Amino acid sequence: MPIKFLTIKVSPAAFFFCFVLLFASCSGEPFGRNRAAATDSAGTINLQGSGASFPKPIYEKWASEFGKIEPKIRVDYQASGSGAGQKAVLAKTSDFGASDDPMSDEDLRSAGAEILHIPTVLGAVVLTYNLPEIKKPLKLSAETIAEIYLGSIRKWNDERLARDNPELNLPNADILPIYRADSSGTSAVFTDFLAKTVPVWREKVGTNKQPSWITGIGMGARGNDGVMGQVKQTPNSIGYVELTYAEANNVPMAHIKNKSGDFIEPSLETVTAAAENSAAQMPEDLRFQIADTGGANAYPLASYTYILVYKNQPDAVKGKALADFLWWATHDGERFIRNLHYAPLPRDVVRKVEAKINSMTTADRLVLRPQKTEEK
Amino acid sequence: MPQTGAAGDKIFRLILLSAATILLLIIVGILLMMVQNALPSIERFGLGFLTGREWKAAQNEFGALPFIYGTIVSSIIAVVLAVPLSLGIAIFLVEQASPKIARPISFLIELLAAIPSVVYGLWAIFVLAPFVRNHLGVFLQNYFGWLPIFQGRLTGIGMFTAGLVMALMILPIVTAVVRDVLETVPQAQREAALALGATQWETTRVVLGNAASGIAGAIVLGLGRAIGETMAVTMVIGNSPRISASLFEPANTIASLLAANFAEATDEIYLSALIEMGLVLFLVTFIVNALAKLLIIGVTNRANNTRRA
Repeated sequence: MPIKFLTIKVSPAAFFFCFVLLFASCSGEPFGRNRAAATDSAGTINLQGSGASFPKPIYEKWASEFGKIEPKIRVDYQASGSGAGQKAVLAKTSDFGASDDPMSDEDLRSAGAEILHIPTVLGAVVLTYNLPEIKKPLKLSAETIAEIYLGSIRKWNDERLARDNPELNLPNADILPIYRADSSGTSAVFTDFLAKTVPVWREKVGTNKQPSWITGIGMGARGNDGVMGQVKQTPNSIGYVELTYAEANNVPMAHIKNKSGDFIEPSLETVTAAAENSAAQMPEDLRFQIADTGGANAYPLASYTYILVYKNQPDAVKGKALADFLWWATHDGERFIRNLHYAPLPRDVVRKVEAKINSMTTADRLVLRPQKTEEK
Repeated sequence: MPQTGAAGDKIFRLILLSAATILLLIIVGILLMMVQNALPSIERFGLGFLTGREWKAAQNEFGALPFIYGTIVSSIIAVVLAVPLSLGIAIFLVEQASPKIARPISFLIELLAAIPSVVYGLWAIFVLAPFVRNHLGVFLQNYFGWLPIFQGRLTGIGMFTAGLVMALMILPIVTAVVRDVLETVPQAQREAALALGATQWETTRVVLGNAASGIAGAIVLGLGRAIGETMAVTMVIGNSPRISASLFEPANTIASLLAANFAEATDEIYLSALIEMGLVLFLVTFIVNALAKLLIIGVTNRANNTRRA
């Protein structure tokens, strides 16, 4: 039976030629622009960043606003996760990386060149829960959170929870803890807080972007939206998400006990207070987790998020653009922060960031000449 | 002209051969690359990797067993639920329905195949999971609660819901392939069966018997899609590597583990372990597909033999 396709007159030689062409186009040089070049034909400087998903909204806002002031600089940000952001910096596949947790000593050593940590904004991790009958905010401490996730508190009416919440009538129902199944900066902040305050947690789970959850306790979900969705959908569940997600979804948020014994509501004000109270403890390299700070009105589960750049920039043009962008973001860019539910850096920290940006070099010369100072 | 024709045939043959060879090379290439990248993990953990039950990335402890279990069980749930339904739809479309009805239904099924898996996942979280928790699961526990597979805590998230959403996802592809296969069975066979006084049911059985190998292919295709499904499964399976008799408990599959963790795996040994998981997925798919084919061929052979006897 003749098949119609074959009756169309295609000379086999032409067919073969097409085939060869297909292969040639696969193996040859890509037609696109060369990635390593600092500028393209139009003279635009492309800065490619990748990493943490938590600051994505603000980084994209900054990129578009900065583009209005400096039309020649184009910043692209790809939210691939904190771990991928660190990897991108180490592998030099991005011009800057971004991560919610600071890089480890080991990774910094393996980089072979100095990497700067530039804190950009502050976020917080909140505990959200699904208890339809409970109208007032739940109060939790590091101990009770740890016990819930370790499986030693299994019911909502457990006396350890009741002690902190005398005014609530907690139900006699099984708690379903929900955690992040993927590697995440949110998990790192959450586990860091618990590990700092609860010895059993430090032993059994520790601090990690991808902690070793106790088998058989709770369930995992992917991404902030995944945890959010599952808590919203499952009665008697509890989960941890970024403050920005919780505010956008208008879900209940637990008040968390801080070092001075107060139960603090998560909000931009209490996060800022936590940052201000702990600013003096920030080390010289700015690698710092706030977790568990004291002081009235300071929310303990707050954290910085970082942009990672090489101190010595390989390309003078790109290095200058990057330094300009970072400076603008941490100064003029601040006014876009609050609308997106992030907390701004305390003044003292901005000072430290200025010194870091001013210290960037290219080919043994400072990138920023003259050095910038705050125009105020 | 005959000379050029012969030369053309030769070239044509060569092109086809190279197309087939390229497929083989790609598969061999993938396998080699995976084995090479998985070597650190294979050397370090050996066979313990396959039998280990704990997956703790932070402590470099990797056990594949709960994921293998989850992959196989969830795919079986999907196939068991989807195949009878798909067969029913396809038989109805080809053997019974008038073109007026068959055409819109076919169109709808093809539409179902075009929905992205993340949409299935979201729908599963917001609609299917509460439905399982409040209705279907309660019903199953009330009437079949004596079966260990339906015991345990009902949260709506877990192996069962994952299997259910996967069943919906493979339904269109299995239905479409079975429909096309049934359509290729010569009309003369149906007429012959009817002429011999067969009922519609008996005629359909004859048609099915002749289409068996094609149907087997459709099922294997569906199974392959179920085994490899990532997004939708991650969203409703609970991502907790454990082996429990209850289908309502959370579990995890290999594909879902890879989807959730591959992008963020920075550690070399961790990355290697994930690639070894990919290799395990390759192996599981191969074995499951082979078993499915053997099973279906066995069943159809027996059916054919009894018919001849």
